Amino acid sequence: MATYKPVVVQAFPKLGERITQDTVYWRGYKPPYNYAVTASSRIHIYGRYSQEPIKTFSRFKDAAYCATYRDDGNLLAAGSEEGSIRLFDISGRAPLRQFDGHTKAVHVVGFLSDKYRIFSGGDDYSSNLWDIPSATEIVSYSEHNDYVRCGCASKVNADVFITGSYDHTVKIFDARTKSSVMTIEHGQPVESVLLFPSGGLLVSAGGRYVKVWDVLKGGQLLVSLKNHHKTVTCLCLNSSGQRLLSGSLDRNVKIYSTTSYKVVHSFNYATSILSLALSPEDETIVIGMTNGVLNVKHRKLEERKEKSQKKRQPAYRTYVKGRTYMPKQEDFCVSKPVKRVLRKYDKLLKSFQSSKALDAVLEPPIRLHTPEVTVAVMQELHRRGTLRSALAGRDEKQINLLLTFVARRVIEPRFTSVLVTVADMITDIYQPVVGQSAIVDRQFLRLQEAIGKEIDYQEELLEVLGMMDTLFATFTKKRAAYLEENKSNGLTETTETNRNNYHNKLSEK
Amino acid sequence: QLYSSSLDGSIKLWDFMDGIPIKTFTVGSKLLALYALASSEDSVFVVIPKSGERDTFQLVSVKLTKAAGQDLEAKELSVVLDGVDASPKHIAFGREGEYVASVKEVNLQVYFFKQKQLNRFSVSTMKTKSGNNHFTCIACHPTEDCIATGHADGKIRLWRNFHHKKEYTFSTLHWHHDTVMDLAFSVEGTSLLSGGVESVLVLWRNESDCQKDFLPRLGSAIEYISMSSDGALCCTLHTDNRITIINSNLRFSKSIQGLIKSRGVKTGLVVDPRTKALVLNGEPGHLQFYCLQSDQQLFSLDIVQRQYIHQAGLNQADLVKVAFSAQGKWLATVEEREEVTDPELQLKLWFYDEETQSFKLNTRITMPHEDHITDMCFRDMDELEDDSLILVTAGRDCVFKVWVMVEDTDPEAQQSVSWSCDFVGSYHNYQATKCCFSEDGSLLAVSFEETVTVWDSVTWDLKCTFCYPPGKIRNICFGRLTCSKYLIGATDYGFLCCWNLLSCALEWSAHLNVLVLQPDPLSEHIAAVSWLSKESSLFVFKPNEPRPIYIQRNLCKEKIQLAVFVPRDEPETIGSEKYLWLRRSQLFFLTDTQELMTLSTKSLEERLTPSSKQLAVEESLPVTPFSLLLGKHRRQQSQEDVDLGKLLVRNKHEQDSPAVKELLHTPAHVLPSASFLCPIFINSLLISKENKSAEEVADEVEMESEKTEDDSDEERDVTETEQEDTSPMESLGEMTCKLPKSQEKELRKIRKMDYSWISAF
Repeated sequence: MATYKPVVVQAFPKLGERITQDTVYWRGYKPPYNYAVTASSRIHIYGRYSQEPIKTFSRFKDAAYCATYRDDGNLLAAGSEEGSIRLFDISGRAPLRQFDGHTKAVHVVGFLSDKYRIFSGGDDYSSNLWDIPSATEIVSYSEHNDYVRCGCASKVNADVFITGSYDHTVKIFDARTKSSVMTIEHGQPVESVLLFPSGGLLVSAGGRYVKVWDVLKGGQLLVSLKNHHKTVTCLCLNSSGQRLLSGSLDRNVKIYSTTSYKVVHSFNYATSILSLALSPEDETIVIGMTNGVLNVKHRKLEERKEKSQKKRQPAYRTYVKGRTYMPKQEDFCVSKPVKRVLRKYDKLLKSFQSSKALDAVLEPPIRLHTPEVTVAVMQELHRRGTLRSALAGRDEKQINLLLTFVARRVIEPRFTSVLVTVADMITDIYQPVVGQSAIVDRQFLRLQEAIGKEIDYQEELLEVLGMMDTLFATFTKKRAAYLEENKSNGLTETTETNRNNYHNKLSEK
Repeated sequence: QLYSSSLDGSIKLWDFMDGIPIKTFTVGSKLLALYALASSEDSVFVVIPKSGERDTFQLVSVKLTKAAGQDLEAKELSVVLDGVDASPKHIAFGREGEYVASVKEVNLQVYFFKQKQLNRFSVSTMKTKSGNNHFTCIACHPTEDCIATGHADGKIRLWRNFHHKKEYTFSTLHWHHDTVMDLAFSVEGTSLLSGGVESVLVLWRNESDCQKDFLPRLGSAIEYISMSSDGALCCTLHTDNRITIINSNLRFSKSIQGLIKSRGVKTGLVVDPRTKALVLNGEPGHLQFYCLQSDQQLFSLDIVQRQYIHQAGLNQADLVKVAFSAQGKWLATVEEREEVTDPELQLKLWFYDEETQSFKLNTRITMPHEDHITDMCFRDMDELEDDSLILVTAGRDCVFKVWVMVEDTDPEAQQSVSWSCDFVGSYHNYQATKCCFSEDGSLLAVSFEETVTVWDSVTWDLKCTFCYPPGKIRNICFGRLTCSKYLIGATDYGFLCCWNLLSCALEWSAHLNVLVLQPDPLSEHIAAVSWLSKESSLFVFKPNEPRPIYIQRNLCKEKIQLAVFVPRDEPETIGSEKYLWLRRSQLFFLTDTQELMTLSTKSLEERLTPSSKQLAVEESLPVTPFSLLLGKHRRQQSQEDVDLGKLLVRNKHEQDSPAVKELLHTPAHVLPSASFLCPIFINSLLISKENKSAEEVADEVEMESEKTEDDSDEERDVTETEQEDTSPMESLGEMTCKLPKSQEKELRKIRKMDYSWISAF
């Protein structure tokens, strides 16, 4: 025998972007706090939460590049335009060490994973390895034949580091050998390189491409991603290694899944992006842009669930008691009926109280946050043929509420068809009382205005569509145009008929 | 023991434990209702039409003689009440048979047997919004002098003191908003059960308005209610051919159902490839899977998933189209709700979940077309992979749409596949009516009003068009196996056309008003059901030759709405050449009145073995679970009233020629060989239906093949011989229609001449 079936609330797919777990995760970053870093020869250190620099190093004569923390967070190294590399203690102000040897600007500096060595790459085409305690050069490789602009160190092997250069190659060096151990041809000037924590996969960015290489297979190309339409400038992995981020001059940060290498989310920024970093645990995403703006996004803190620990939970065995008992042959089973929980409007609809059901879905939380529920109940009432009687017999305040809702939502395509009917009925029912209340009259006018605006908008869209059609007509592919045309036509017709009805009614007044 | 009465005027006494008839009493006139009382065993009450007057009926008591013998005459009739209503619900007998009460329109009459007194009461006629207050049903209290009557406006009146003509009283109970269909008192008389269109069983306690209990959502309108004699069970009979058994504490206990009768079979007959069950509309918004072998509903799938409101005049969403993919892995359904401005449409795609063994909703598409969807089909390919599955929908909004499965590459997504639109095709802004795929799935045929268009299913290019003016295309289908190069179409101007896809030309056409065109999925045969001069005929043909291989005229008197081939589990061995086409699958029909029929292939000898009583029935053997169920129900209703309609159908078939009777009653060992009996038997069959056949044969032979002239000549010969065959058997009464027939023949000849002349030209 059938049971009562609750009202189906239609879920509409979001157009354009699909909500995945990724979207939810990356959306968690709060709106940006923008501020400018003025001094190019200074290194600012910003606090985790404060938006003020808590420390500034200003020992450079010219532009400083590539400030890098050591893993333990105690030391900071940076290259500079003048060719020297300086090493700072976080607590102190003066540089601890200075490494001189590069003849031109040093754009890339990094610590090897043994913490005692630094590698660097310079515009003099060379990549060097430095010893921190003695501040001396261990080895210098001059294998690139263009600027070395990026590099990274392996986390697995303390002797291995990688540099990428504008000569289109990525080279892997082992500090124990005299020359590079592997050369990978990227095809474009390499802007950024990245090694996975496992050390087996190498990501390089250059031109519009992000390429992933398998180092262990001797530098075999795994996948080539072309999702940006301008040069990709920076790469970054998130803390878990599940996501890869790339920033580009086309103002986008794309986030890829490292299993499928598909774009799962993308951020849009005001100007081209030069650099990008994620904090550990992905709390903060920091982006440097060409207009000198530093963009910082913090992640919203997850709600702590542990707060409600006051009430002592019953022991686990209380729950499982008797659950595992299997009835024997001679036992007589008495099954407990499962009670289904119905929403308030469903209960009212079940007992055919249409007016009260409509009241229930016009309560603020439902009306404001889940308008689709309100509309679904209206549609159900219409289906039952009781919408008119549910709408009728309301006082000024309730009509005002209804009309506000309708005027606000009628232009949403997913609600249009239902709300047009509702608006039609309301005007029908309350036509005799128009002019008695100023508030209701104002709402009627607002409704008219909203519909008028929507019609203008649709007409404009149709004009654009017409223009596009002429363009498409010159091409052979017509498929997309047909689809769009159908969609917008339907909407316009309904609104148009409504407008006509509506005008008639208003003019009657 | 159980009494039953039928419209042919006989009362039968049955042993209902064994299902054997004990006695048959012949009354002589139509028996519309039958009542038996426990107090008077030797007589029963029946309702018969009053002789000489139409539409007036009287209640008479029939004395049943105790004489031995199977067939008895019951001639002792005495009129009890005049001017009663024909419906069995309109008469009830009071406690211990002291009085009988009958209602008609706004009048209630009570007749007391002992006093021989007749009291008449009436309620004032008044019309309200929900209907008038005519009486619809009546029930008498088992112990007190109290009569309950139900009215068309939903009220129940309880009458007391009706011994007096003036001082009677009544009280009113009102809950139903529509007609009260039936009433029943509990055994002790403390409570009253009522039911109606709302499909809610209402239990009124102590005859008061405020104490009532409900059992809601019983599925469909309640037609009859009856209580078991011990009061433990109650059973309701519903309009959709179902019996529900309910405990005395208003708990649902069991339901007996076969083929559920729905308001209209809009989905057509579809066979589920997985279970071989017949799939069609069931309860409103549900899809029923009906097992043909066991006459059981396997399960009912809720498609619409909305609360159904049992109220007249509401437009509620209902299922209109169903399609299965080749292996039954995917199910596509279309539901629509008629709306004044624009219809509400939903296309749903269901995936068969192996774990739960049921269909799971995968994709829901709101408004797939702007207007009604006229047809839908999957690309049926057994051997290909799943991702080549394509669904095509044709709509009245002048387009057809192609839907494909889209794989979601995101490994974290919940669903791996969903459906989306891939291509939209149209042809000169004509409404798309039918669509179908060729057997190998490479071609799609879509009919647009008068034109059939053929599309390539890979590139979606329009390949060619066919047209047979005037007349819009009603049905199309591709030939199968060896005939896969043919496309068959039927137009509503009564033409059946066959086009060759290789030469893109018309192969042949025939004049036939085809209602249903159904290809057999396992062979190259195509069944066409035509409707002509108030009878349906079946033609089975192969597309490569214009001559049908099997003709069955006078299939039934009703319009056949739908037909389907159900594959057999294993090919049947069929002796006769005639039924060879039924070897691998069985053909089922559904008529306008929702009766399901099939063609039986049993050869003559097999059917002659006297195993069952139904063997004399012709090829068309009506499977009527409805009648079986009704029979069951009557039995529980303690011999109150008997349905007659369905029994009659069977009876009609049973009355056969003396030749057949002789065959049946002669013991098998003295029968001559079957080959000797065969012509006699067939002749006996021919007589019964010869009336119309000649006419139709002539019609049928209108087929014109474009191949050769000889062919058509040959065919004409065939007609003549056939007509000669039948003419000696025509009775004298047929003389009148003979003249126009010969004229007709003349006309046809002329037409044929014309045609050949044109082709020669």
